[in-house]
Amino acid sequence: MNFYGVSAIYKFEMARMKRTLMQSILSPVISTCLYFVVFGSAIGARMGDIGDVPYGAFIIPGLVMLSLLMHSISNASFGIYMPKFSGTVYEVLSAPISYIEVILGYVGAAATKSVILGLIILATSKFFVDYSILHPFWMVSFLVLTSVTFSLFGFIIGIWADNFEKLQVVPMMIVTPLVFLGGTFYSIDMLPEVWQTISLFNPVVYLISGFRWAFFGVSDVHIGISLLMTLGFLTACLVTISWIFKTGYKLRP
Amino acid sequence: MQPEISVKNLNKSYDDGFQALKDINLDISRGEIFALLGPNGAGKTTLISIICGLVNMSSGQVLAAGNDIIRDYRKARQAIGLVPQELATDSFETVWAAVSFSRGLFGKPANPAHIEKILKALSLWDKRNNHIMTLSGGMKRRVMIAKALSHEPRILFLDEPTAGVDVELRRDMWALVRQLRESGVTIILTTHYIEEAEEMADRIGVIRQGEIILVEDKNRLMNKLGKKELRLQLQNKLEFLPPELAAESLELSESGHELIYTFNAQHEQTGIARLLRTLGDLGIEYRDLKTRESSLEDIFVGLVRQ
Ligand SMILES: Nc1ncnc2c1ncn2[C@@H]1O[C@H](COP(=O)(O)OP(=O)(O)OP(=O)(O)O)[C@@H](O)[C@H]1O
Ligand SMILES: [Mg+2]
Repeated sequence: MNFYGVSAIYKFEMARMKRTLMQSILSPVISTCLYFVVFGSAIGARMGDIGDVPYGAFIIPGLVMLSLLMHSISNASFGIYMPKFSGTVYEVLSAPISYIEVILGYVGAAATKSVILGLIILATSKFFVDYSILHPFWMVSFLVLTSVTFSLFGFIIGIWADNFEKLQVVPMMIVTPLVFLGGTFYSIDMLPEVWQTISLFNPVVYLISGFRWAFFGVSDVHIGISLLMTLGFLTACLVTISWIFKTGYKLRP
Repeated sequence: MQPEISVKNLNKSYDDGFQALKDINLDISRGEIFALLGPNGAGKTTLISIICGLVNMSSGQVLAAGNDIIRDYRKARQAIGLVPQELATDSFETVWAAVSFSRGLFGKPANPAHIEKILKALSLWDKRNNHIMTLSGGMKRRVMIAKALSHEPRILFLDEPTAGVDVELRRDMWALVRQLRESGVTIILTTHYIEEAEEMADRIGVIRQGEIILVEDKNRLMNKLGKKELRLQLQNKLEFLPPELAAESLELSESGHELIYTFNAQHEQTGIARLLRTLGDLGIEYRDLKTRESSLEDIFVGLVRQ
């Protein structure tokens, strides 16, 4: 095990976050605040409770997930895309380091940032609505699991993308719609039946539902299914990455 | 003795079907400076990239420091330092952080004293806290050399290390390379400056269109393929070569003021004495004469043209 190698990559990536502190932490916090003002206070005041949960609190898990997903993907994809773009990736490729260790460094750092970000957003939310967390252990587990899974996903996108446009397109065109349609601002049962069925094909529904269960004990789908779906996606990402490194796809001609 | 690098039957075809390397066989001994020469697109960078793990080989086997570069990639790569042809550095890092990062990446614990030594040797010490983007191109190249040396490799690849580097820095680099060789490091370099290979290398390999066409000890190569030239400055202009002098290796310069005679210095009979006697008999007077040895460049151009 190349421990020094993993720690070098991890520290390098964390240092990058420090340089872009404003962009990494401040901008998601600001956008979350805006969501709270618009959806939580302005609109939420006219909404009834969902289940037994006041609307302002109901949207918290979804908002955290929204930031978590977007930032896990953009952080991890950027982390590997930049060295590819600038050419410095030669160093990682020629180093005595296994692909698992490369991922531990890059994805570990991206996931760490996401978890920190999620916690900051949760803390920010306290200023807007009062809420309590029913299952703190599961809340943290979902937070970590989602951060890791989507950082892996972002890592794949960063390797696949060969221009900046591709790098932006997946988070913008695919993930944002999935999150908005995944029950961030509503419960799935509020939809007509057809759309409920369609929603079940949206993986983000399971994430948000599971995360919300950890907060309030209510969920759209069973918590076990949420967990299984997330683990399934994690496995799919891991398999893809091992294939990437085995074949050298877009990394080693 | 086991070679430090051993390349056997190495082939490489890129995805577009282009065959960049054709059945390369090459052994490089411990502690030598090996210069790989060849025209643009010959496959030098491809060969180096395969050995260093940047490009997948199509078939063949490579051992570095006795380790298979695929099966024992950790051990093989730990032994290797690479300075690639293209400048690629992290703009926002400081010199110190970038070089320390490389050491860690190659699995070595931090050693500030070693990094300090390298930075001083490469005249980067004053710039250690500068962001890399504030450095000049030549300094960036030195940062890349420092990165390659950070983990104390036994094998160093320099892919055109002196491209775009000023004369002074080139001399510094040569000095550094010699110093590394003294300490037992094996060095493989590619260059388009033939005088660099002539000055530095112990052995020369020439690669053309993906094939190694020659590997030879430098001195032996220059003796074997080297030609000498004798130039005679004539007292009076000659309109044409007198028939008595009509030999294949004798030429009259365009101006008619110079006779150029090429000969092989290795031969018993160089023919110089006979030439000078004939000139005397014909009453052709000369006021000066000089000889010149062909450089590695002449040899190289001759080889690659074939
Ligand atoms: N990724 C690639 N895909 C397809 N062909 C490639 C690739 N990389 C290199 N080649 C081709 O392989 C051949 C050898 O290239 P290489 O870079 O090894 O040459 P070189 O000897 O280093 O040349 P130079 O002196 O210009 O650096 C060239 O014809 C090049 O076009
Ligand atoms: Mg090259």
